[in-house]
Amino acid sequence: MGVDRMLSATPDSAPTPTLPRARGRGNVLEVEGLTKHFAVRKGLLRRAVGKVYAVDGVSFAIAPGETLGLVGESGCGKSTVGRTAMRLIEPTAGSIHLQGQDITRLSRAEMRPHRRAMQIIFQDPYASLNPRIPAGEIVGEPLRVHGLADARQREERVAALFQRVGLRPAQMRNYPHEFSGGQRQRIGIARALALDPALIIGDEPVSALDVSIQAQVINLLRDLQGERGLSYLFIAHDLAVVRHISHRVAVMYLGRIVELAETRALFATPQHPYTEALLAAVPVADPRKRRPRRIIQGDVPSPIRPPPGCHFHTRCPYAEARCRELAPPLKQVAPGHLAACHLR
Amino acid sequence: MPGETATLAATEPAAKAAPAVLEVEGLKTWFFTRGGIVRAVDDVSFSLSEGETLAIVGESGCGKSITALSILGLVPSPPGRIVGGAVRLRGTDLLRVDEEAMRRVRGNEISMIFQEPMTSLNPVLTIGAQIEEALTLHQTALSRAEVRARAVEMLQLVRIPEPERRAKEYPHQLSGGMRQRAMIAMALSCNPRVLIADEPTTALDVTIQAQILELILDLQRRLGTAVILITHDLGVVAETAQRVIVMYAGRKVEEAEVFALFEQPLHPYTRGLMGSIPHLVDETTERLAEIPGMVPALNALPPGCAFAPRCTMATDRCRAEMPPYREWQAGHFSACWHAEALMTGRSPPPLAGEG
Repeated sequence: MGVDRMLSATPDSAPTPTLPRARGRGNVLEVEGLTKHFAVRKGLLRRAVGKVYAVDGVSFAIAPGETLGLVGESGCGKSTVGRTAMRLIEPTAGSIHLQGQDITRLSRAEMRPHRRAMQIIFQDPYASLNPRIPAGEIVGEPLRVHGLADARQREERVAALFQRVGLRPAQMRNYPHEFSGGQRQRIGIARALALDPALIIGDEPVSALDVSIQAQVINLLRDLQGERGLSYLFIAHDLAVVRHISHRVAVMYLGRIVELAETRALFATPQHPYTEALLAAVPVADPRKRRPRRIIQGDVPSPIRPPPGCHFHTRCPYAEARCRELAPPLKQVAPGHLAACHLR
Repeated sequence: MPGETATLAATEPAAKAAPAVLEVEGLKTWFFTRGGIVRAVDDVSFSLSEGETLAIVGESGCGKSITALSILGLVPSPPGRIVGGAVRLRGTDLLRVDEEAMRRVRGNEISMIFQEPMTSLNPVLTIGAQIEEALTLHQTALSRAEVRARAVEMLQLVRIPEPERRAKEYPHQLSGGMRQRAMIAMALSCNPRVLIADEPTTALDVTIQAQILELILDLQRRLGTAVILITHDLGVVAETAQRVIVMYAGRKVEEAEVFALFEQPLHPYTRGLMGSIPHLVDETTERLAEIPGMVPALNALPPGCAFAPRCTMATDRCRAEMPPYREWQAGHFSACWHAEALMTGRSPPPLAGEG
């Protein structure tokens, strides 16, 4: 069955990029020490009065055919990681390697051939589709821009893509507003597939969809991965969805990865107190499993003034003196299981 | 369908131990648009007992929010109109009272909190002033000082740290979770009998969601408020509700005690919803069950069962005749021609994508 094939997309023998620093040759994407600070400007002269530490030294790698889930709450920097990796936002520091090539400092023109290998789909497909252009042209646009096919070939390719993502080729002439939310996300996926990329970054791609439609889109993404050996960086806040679709998962808190592990290990034996708290907070769709929960209190601190030391210490039930002073490094606590906590 | 009428009990809801605070009967809220009549809520009935938590679950456009707005007389008109039914609050039909009387009900006897607190808080008034406003409107016996003290007390009740200081702050100075707490404080300030919470945690992060749900349940236990929780999230339903109503395309398709519903859903739509959500704790990472297709347009509903076009169990009868809404087991209602097959477990066909 297709499921087995999909799950074996990353065979055990493949280089497991668990240690982000070891630069494996075969990785689709490697990000090292990625940092993005946004200036906070005020007043008439727009003087910089502070910084938002949106992303602060993030490292990970994604193997061919692998899905890396990136989870965290709003403001943790997960979307900024995706956009910076795409070079839609310029990184403050760190490096990005796409298929072994350093793309960190490439100009727009130099980036163009690399854009074919890396595509992005967004949460709100409606906001990312031009309302004045028929859906067929939206999907075919990347082919036109990259000069990859003449008009007739384009028409054929787009029709095939429509069919693959579950839309009727006859709908190519319809405009975005004529589609439902789920169908618009299918258009976004077809557009991302047009250039046959190696990696698709999904920024909350199913969050805005109703659950029955969400399942359709998740299944489609998994099928496509099985067929094409695609890699995904799957950015989302829904832990159950991330668990379902990812081979490995990275958890972010206030700009930093606090834990990164194989999906099964992360959900079965979370090593960071924040991951533990996140998992405990998710409501379980089974009334027999109602449980007394240990709910962490307080809000996420502002990324403009992140707490010193471990960012999580203000809400952590286990915090000690050293947690308030020293930022714990992301280190291996079990084979392939990284966590940034002094207590591990 | 052999024996399909044999097991039927009365179609009236079973008598409850606690008296009903709110009874909705045959509610019909329709929208008259250029594209035709949209039956947003069509013949919906339910009752709510004192201190009970009733969840109304369904996807966008199923009518769950319009049901809530209808109860409070807040349906935008035109194009919306309540064309039938009754909403009885301790015996008084709210659909028959004037706007003046309705204003005394809103915020006082029935309160509502919304998904995005920022849109329902006034940005130019302090949090304290907004709670005080509700109190001065409804609790006219209180003095100025008592009103102020009560507002701070409410903020304390919803566990906002430093309530005296927070009362003097404006909504934008609070985080999303704190704003939702302030909304709850305002909604509960007059000690309403019924609290309607429309997706109260959908815009919140999961750790904050857990805090807010716990707060709502704790306050309910302490104050005895009956809660209608409107949500699309089956996890939230399973963790909080006692009874559940499932809506699809403007109609109630199933109603049951929460344990019975999750144990054995008697409507294929409910079953499909449960199959389509990924779980945090299941052993396998199997393919999710899909409900094929999408919700039909409410102004062009198919004849027969509205779910039939997406249902793997659908037969000719489903496509031709609307299934009656019946009680199949004590307190467990469903509108499906095949409910009995689901109940006896007589080989329900697999959901799309299963197996």
